[in-house]
Amino acid sequence: MSELTRRRLMTALPIIGAGALGVGFWKMLGGMGSGNFDPHAVNAPILNRPVPDFSLPGLPGMGDGFGSDTLKALTQPVLLNFFASWCIPCVAEMPELREIGKRIPIWGIAYKDKPEDSVRFVQRDGSPYQRVASDRSGLTAIDWGVTGVPESFLILPGGRIAWHGTAALSMDTLHTEIQPRLSAAEAGK
Amino acid sequence: MFGPEEGHYALALACILALAQFILPLRGAAKHDRRLLMLAPLLAVSQLIALALSFFCLVWSATHDDFSVQNVAANSAIAKPLLYKITGTWGNHEGSILLWALILGICGAAVAAFGRNLPAILRARVLAVLGGVSAGFQLFCLTTSDPFARVWPAPPDGQGMNPLLQDPGLAFHPPILYTGYVGFAVPFAFAVAALLEGRVDAAWGRWVRPWAVAAWCFLTCGIALGSWWSYYVLGWGGYWFWDPVENASLIPWLTGTALVHSAIVVEKREALKIWTVLLAIATFSFSLSGTFLVRSGILNSVHAFANDPARGIFILGLLALVIGGSLLLFAWRAPSLVAGGMFAPVSREGSLVLNNILLCSICAVVVTGTMYPPFMQLLFGRTISVGKPFFDATTIPLTLPLLGAMAVGTLLPWKRARLSPVLRRLRWGAMAAVVALGIACWSLSGILPILCAVGAVWVIGGSLTDLAGRLGLSHGFSHAWARARSLPRSAFGAAIAHIGVGITVLGLTGMSQAQHAIVEVHVGQTESLAGYEWTLLGVHEEDGPNYHAMIADISVRRHGKLVTVMHPSKRDFAAQHQNTTEVSIRTNLISDIYGVIGDRHGTGANATYVLRLHYNPLAPWMWLGGLIMAIGGGLSLSDRRLRVGAPKRAAQNEEVVAS
Repeated sequence: MSELTRRRLMTALPIIGAGALGVGFWKMLGGMGSGNFDPHAVNAPILNRPVPDFSLPGLPGMGDGFGSDTLKALTQPVLLNFFASWCIPCVAEMPELREIGKRIPIWGIAYKDKPEDSVRFVQRDGSPYQRVASDRSGLTAIDWGVTGVPESFLILPGGRIAWHGTAALSMDTLHTEIQPRLSAAEAGK
Repeated sequence: MFGPEEGHYALALACILALAQFILPLRGAAKHDRRLLMLAPLLAVSQLIALALSFFCLVWSATHDDFSVQNVAANSAIAKPLLYKITGTWGNHEGSILLWALILGICGAAVAAFGRNLPAILRARVLAVLGGVSAGFQLFCLTTSDPFARVWPAPPDGQGMNPLLQDPGLAFHPPILYTGYVGFAVPFAFAVAALLEGRVDAAWGRWVRPWAVAAWCFLTCGIALGSWWSYYVLGWGGYWFWDPVENASLIPWLTGTALVHSAIVVEKREALKIWTVLLAIATFSFSLSGTFLVRSGILNSVHAFANDPARGIFILGLLALVIGGSLLLFAWRAPSLVAGGMFAPVSREGSLVLNNILLCSICAVVVTGTMYPPFMQLLFGRTISVGKPFFDATTIPLTLPLLGAMAVGTLLPWKRARLSPVLRRLRWGAMAAVVALGIACWSLSGILPILCAVGAVWVIGGSLTDLAGRLGLSHGFSHAWARARSLPRSAFGAAIAHIGVGITVLGLTGMSQAQHAIVEVHVGQTESLAGYEWTLLGVHEEDGPNYHAMIADISVRRHGKLVTVMHPSKRDFAAQHQNTTEVSIRTNLISDIYGVIGDRHGTGANATYVLRLHYNPLAPWMWLGGLIMAIGGGLSLSDRRLRVGAPKRAAQNEEVVAS
């Protein structure tokens, strides 16, 4: 290849790259117009799918962690709650979690948090969680589509995700969002 | 006299003038018509006058509470303080586009005014490109984002401003940041003009660099101010979120930094020409596309303005014309640019090439991290979020060699160098770095923070060595003082800017060791964090002009001795149904003590309050470093040798035009 041809190819690369990006943006804008593409719907596609693969350690003194295999082996529904000791809504959510925990078991994943902080946070007024795991790097949360704590998932027996909530849990949410899905799952059996 | 109709008219007039500024000088350059060429500066100045009038009309409508203007009705209110009535004009989409256009107009007029020693054809082409970009933005403003649109009937009072924006830091953040973004339009215009002309030489590098440095200074200040704002206003104790909007300013900053450095090589050695032209185009393209894609709603961001597909399509079309057009021109003309100035890998040029490679690699990973989520969703229907772990894992390992090379690079001679004498000169810097390693291992946790701290001290040591060497400090202070006055200011500028980088990195390292706690306490209760005892003394309520506030008094003691009493507060803006937190920060420039008050639970004597307490070591250094970088840039900008263009070449071209 001659020197000039090589230079021509090199200098054409930026326009090719920019063109590809441009076509992508064009498609996205079109999708946004017709409702097929929503950049804000971060959590939609994980619904009604098996839980993503992961395996996380537990917190010191609070039993073993768990992973996708544990969730898939479940015979009853659980709520999976991502939390962190540094998150203000998580503080607010705790009393509600203890109430909800009486109706349906809750498992927790501590998100980007020092294990000792998480333990102190969970145990301060009694832990609402049956099992707790620690996701220090936050990489598992990425696969779950978690964008900010607290977020919760309803997991049906067999490890299927039936619901994803991106706000602090409350009794209200339990009645209006979670119970109906549980009943639907029962009916569908 | 200054009503919205006059403003609208002035904007339309500016748009016509900008179109004329785009078309006539290009024709003049093609036909060598002197009269058309001389029209360019005239049109640029008149366009600025029309734009300034238009912007003034918008400010006038806002300060005179003209709620028949939709923009004012939606963003202002009678009760709003006057300062925020003025700054609020750019706190929304329509007004900020007009501000953007105004700053672009100022850049054009500045090229017209200060570019008198440029060759007439080059100046005309630069102004034409700026005119074309201006016309595009003014059309965007007129068609899809009209700030002067009216409502009928006019409401008696406006809806008020987003309370978060009612803050001096954010009021002045957009103009500074936009000046940075828009300032890169000038190097872009120079790059396009050079491609049209088919020639890039040392003189071109010399003209471009001051504009690039000026834009870079503003962008640096704008980013630092934005980060500081999110630190003290948002109340989450952090400074960078890796949000698409934040990345939209970081990406052009990275390529802009590379541009500022590679333009030196063009100027001194006539090498890296094609690369520098590409960087000039890329920097402005990133400035444009980042900010405007956020506005179209494609990039998911907490900062995003209300989105509108019609706007998105207009923006995309505009980007295709500006970016696509310039890159096409680049692909067509750049291969014929003649390369010059050979150099060995170990040389000043070589170190600047390494700097460019590393900066552009960091830029590439930030672009990838930002674009990955929407493209994954488009192509595979998978939604994912890319956050801090990705950016930390990819940018820090690229920053470390950059810090390592920075100290060495400035000491290397041009063309060909040997490393060993330079490394011998750096022995003091190396010793400081070893001491820093000891201190860092003792006080920091984590291998990356330790390496970053050592790198930062190494950079600062290298810059000081460079300065000491230039001043001849080894011959005594009086000798150094005599030399200091004859040394070019740009030499100081570079060293100071590099010291600023070191200080910012030290600040970031310190922040990686920050400690915080979220506690729920009764009045009178004490919590301890980072060796301090924090006591909630009391909470009281107060009414502000347009809000109701809950204010806490928190005493902070260390070993029983009172350090400070903080008053963080929480404001409730009833009109907007919005709350803001007013953080209380006490700093001694080595560390920040940072307190936030959250919700109240319960009432009366049983009430408890959620408090967020932070101890942030070296936090102020992050922004201080940014300011020092900008001061370094400003200092080299004030260097006379940079300002005076190249009169010799200007004279040559006058002849060409005349003949």
